[in-house]
Parts: sequence; structure tokens; C-alpha cells
Amino acid sequence: MSELIFERKIQQLHNRYVRIIDDDQLEQWPELFLADAEYQVTTRENHTRDLPLALMSCKGRGMMLDRITGLRKINVYEPHRYNHQISGLEISVQPAGSYHCVSNFLVVRIMHTGASMVFASGVYLDVVVLDTDGEYRFAQRKVITDSRQTDTLLVIPL
Amino acid sequence: MTADNNKNIWPNVDTTRIPYRLIHDDDIYRQEQARIFQGPAWHYLCLSVEVPEAGCFITTFIGETPIIVSCDDKGELHGLINRCKHKGALVAVESSGRASTLRCLYHGWSYHLNGDLRMVPFEKGIEGKGGMPAGFNKAEHGLTRIQIQSYAGVVFGTLGTDVENLETYLGPEMRAQFNRVFHKPVVVLGYYHQVMHSNWKLYMENARDAYHATILHAFYASFKLNRLTMGGGLVVNHSGWNTMNYSIGASVQDGYYDTNELRSVMADVGLADPTLLNHRLEFSDGITIAIQSIFPTCVHQQIYNTLAMRQVVPLGLNKTELHWTFFGYADDDPQLRQLRLQQANLIGPAGYVSMEDGVIGDYVQRGTAGDGVNKSAMLQMGGSSVESVTDSRANETTVRGFWQGYRTLMGQ
Repeated sequence: MSELIFERKIQQLHNRYVRIIDDDQLEQWPELFLADAEYQVTTRENHTRDLPLALMSCKGRGMMLDRITGLRKINVYEPHRYNHQISGLEISVQPAGSYHCVSNFLVVRIMHTGASMVFASGVYLDVVVLDTDGEYRFAQRKVITDSRQTDTLLVIPL
Repeated sequence: MTADNNKNIWPNVDTTRIPYRLIHDDDIYRQEQARIFQGPAWHYLCLSVEVPEAGCFITTFIGETPIIVSCDDKGELHGLINRCKHKGALVAVESSGRASTLRCLYHGWSYHLNGDLRMVPFEKGIEGKGGMPAGFNKAEHGLTRIQIQSYAGVVFGTLGTDVENLETYLGPEMRAQFNRVFHKPVVVLGYYHQVMHSNWKLYMENARDAYHATILHAFYASFKLNRLTMGGGLVVNHSGWNTMNYSIGASVQDGYYDTNELRSVMADVGLADPTLLNHRLEFSDGITIAIQSIFPTCVHQQIYNTLAMRQVVPLGLNKTELHWTFFGYADDDPQLRQLRLQQANLIGPAGYVSMEDGVIGDYVQRGTAGDGVNKSAMLQMGGSSVESVTDSRANETTVRGFWQGYRTLMGQ
């Protein structure tokens, strides 16, 4: 029975991630991560060729908060939202008590004009741990986009 | 519309008024393909480290023409048009690869890495029946070679005939900047590919425009990474075709940004983790930002410790792909390498200081539609001249220079 609990909790973490971004509750986004967690967005092209360049790279909640500050106060871009479709979550229990997760994502981008497109698809490669306060959090989330192209710009985390 | 008619669309003899028709007219786009992309200009193709050994190749474009850059078995680089001599199919499809021959999928025609046609299946027919006619000579049907030249390990190509050599085209000022950055072996650290919904020329203007950088990109001015009030200059050569904007990070005079009511200065915004902006002074000249633009489609940037080439490829009248090649030095110590990769957060499609460039051309494209097609942009900051300037970067001379090159090649 206990195996089902962690599976459910990790699925909830994945769902919470989607809700927070799609509902524009981005100030809560860094709280889904450990304080020193890593978040990275890169392309399959860079990833399979072992090239270290990322589109976004945050080490720690501070850098994640700064991505949100950039989005809210500094950067300018045409208003838009995302709709994430996630699927296929697989969890692998690691000996040291962490969980490795793989899942698919597809993100539709909807502009304020109504124009809508498949903006990104790919996989999430995660390391999830049970934090000291009893919540499951990402120690690492690596976003690998299938396409090497970014349409216009990337400002909202994927 | 003929070239003669196109002359009439320019309101002024100089480049202080730029007709918006240039970004809305299919006929002009087609003429650009002929006069600029197949004309006497040098187009960035790749870094030589991307085709390091025999058998290596990359595929790219000059305008809409598909190009292969390959390294043959003697270690020599070739620029080849990526079109099978038989029926025109692409020969190499992947963006990069390694092969002993380049073989067209369609009928199996096979070429050496230098473009020579080495084998045609069933060339002699079957038991004497069919096959190519008696006069067919493979030596006459290799992949079309284009001129390529490298400077400091940066490879350029041209489809033009009668083009001055690359060193002359770059001129001493641009050669100096390539030598400054490419003074030791580089390694590619990754790529970005950014699709923008605007005409290619809008990006080329944007990348050499010092005026917008610290206004549109609020991150620059807010965190004092770049301000027009910093020491620096605008370098122009080859009658404006090539330019470089540079600034010296240590030297900021304040006051101007506050009195100009710019949104780009936000006194109350701070970074939760300012280590993002950690950098090392790599170049003894103290220049922290240098953006070099080689006409017509190449940008070479140093933004603090981020080094990259940016190549502009038109995908149509109002669609452009920008290919970024991010690099470092082979001898980077681990800390410097980490600084580069961390500062990559500043650039590219998700870049704190560059993301706005992805959309601003889109806004110009849309803002000039409808009745805008018969209007013009004004480029008068600093007057009307096209020349190097060191006393102020509140000046559009570098942008006027792009249009000077453009008018020359287009016969406008």
C-alpha cells in the first residue's frame, strides 16, 4: 500500500507544477523545488550531442525567483499563457531514497490575440525527493525539448 | 516591380528614411535572393571546428540555397551546393554528420566529400541496355562548388562571382575583432535556433542598433550591464556594410537614464541570486560587450563571458531563423566554463538581455502592415552619416550602414 502513496504524491507534484504555471501562479513555482535544486531547459539536439548549453538554467530557488522577477517586472514580451499536457509518468525508486521520473509534456502557447500553437513538446527528467517537511519536491527537473527551435522567445518556464 | 521602380521607393538619397515596403514586398524578397544571397557578399557558414576532420560535414543555408560545408580526406574544407546533379534532391539532410561519401537517397548518386561525383548506379545499364549515354562524364557533374574562405577559423561562403577576398571584405577593424576573440582554439558548447516572425532585415538592423539595447532590454540598464552612458563606441567599415558596437563595463556615468524616464531602469528590482552576473574580465581592453555585424547575415557577439555567432537565415518574407553557435575556449578552466554557461541565461531565445529581440521585429512587421507599406522608418540619431563614432552611442550610424550596403547590392 505504501508504494501507491509515493506514486500518488509524485503524480500530484507533477500536476501541481502544471497548475501553477498554466494558472499563472508562478510565484509558487520555486516552492516545488528544494532550496538548492536545479532547473534546466535544453534541446534534444544539445542533450544528445552532450553540449552543455541550456536555454534556461537555474541553480537554486534564488535563480528561479529571478526568472519570475524577469517575467513580471523586467522583460517585455507579447502576453501569452501555456496549456501543458503531461503523460506517461514513470517512476524509478533509487537506493538512496530519491525517485527518478520521466514523463512527456506538450505545451500549447496561447497568445492574447487568440493565436494558438504547439509551442514545445519533450520530456521531463526529474529527481524527486521527500523533503524534511514531508512534501515531495524536485531536486532536479531537466526539460528536454524535442525541437531544437524556439518560436519567438521563451520566458515562462516550461 | 523592377529594380528601377525600387529606386523610387527610397524617399531620400541617404539612408535616413527606410521604406517599409522592403519588408512587405514579395518581389523585393525574390530580388534579394538573387542580388544579396547569390551576389557578391560573404555569408557566415560555420566555425572550422565544426568540420574538424576528414569526413565531417555540416549543412546550412545562404539565403534559400542549401549548402554543405565538408572536410575532404586531405583535410581541406569545401563549400558545396546541397543539390544532387541528377534531379535536384538534397544530398545531405542532417545538420551535421560524418561520412566517407555523400550519397543522394533518390537514385544513389554518390559524391566524394570534395563534391566530385564518384559513382552513378547503373551508369552502364544492364547488359549494355539503358544506362547513361556514351558522352556522359562524371567529372562534369560534381556538386557545385561555392567559394569559401576562413578568417580566424570562421568560415564564410559566397555564391557570387567576382567578389573581393574575405580579408578585404572584413577590413582591418573587423579582422581585429575576430582576432581578438578567436586568438586561441575554440570549442562549441551548444546551439539555439530561434524562429522569428519578421523579415530578416529587421533582425540585422536590431543586432547592430546600439540605441535600443539598453531601452528595450531593461535587464541591461537595471543591472548596469550596459548603458549608453558607458564608455564605448561604434565602429563602421566597408562603407557601413560591417559594424561593431562595444561598451566598457567599468565606466558608467549615471543620471541620463533617470531623466529620460526609461522603464528600463528599475531601482526597486533586485536579483535574489546576483551570482548570475558574476563574470571575469577576459580581455585586457576592458570591453565587456562587443557586437560585431558582418553584412549581410552574420553577427558575432561577446556579452561578458558569453561568446557566440548568430546566423540569419530567411524563411520567407516575414519569417526568419536565427542560428546561434555558443562557444568557449578549449583551455577554459572549469570556473570560467561554468560562468559562460550560467551567463547563457542572458542570451538566446530565453535570454534576459536578448529575448525581446525575438518579438520586436514581429511588432514592426505588424505595425507597418496595411497603410504602413507606403511609409518609412526614420534613422536620424546622430544625423545622417555612416561613420565610426566614439563620443556617443546614442547614434544610428551602424544601422544606416546596413542600408547603405543593401542599396548598393540591390541597385537601389
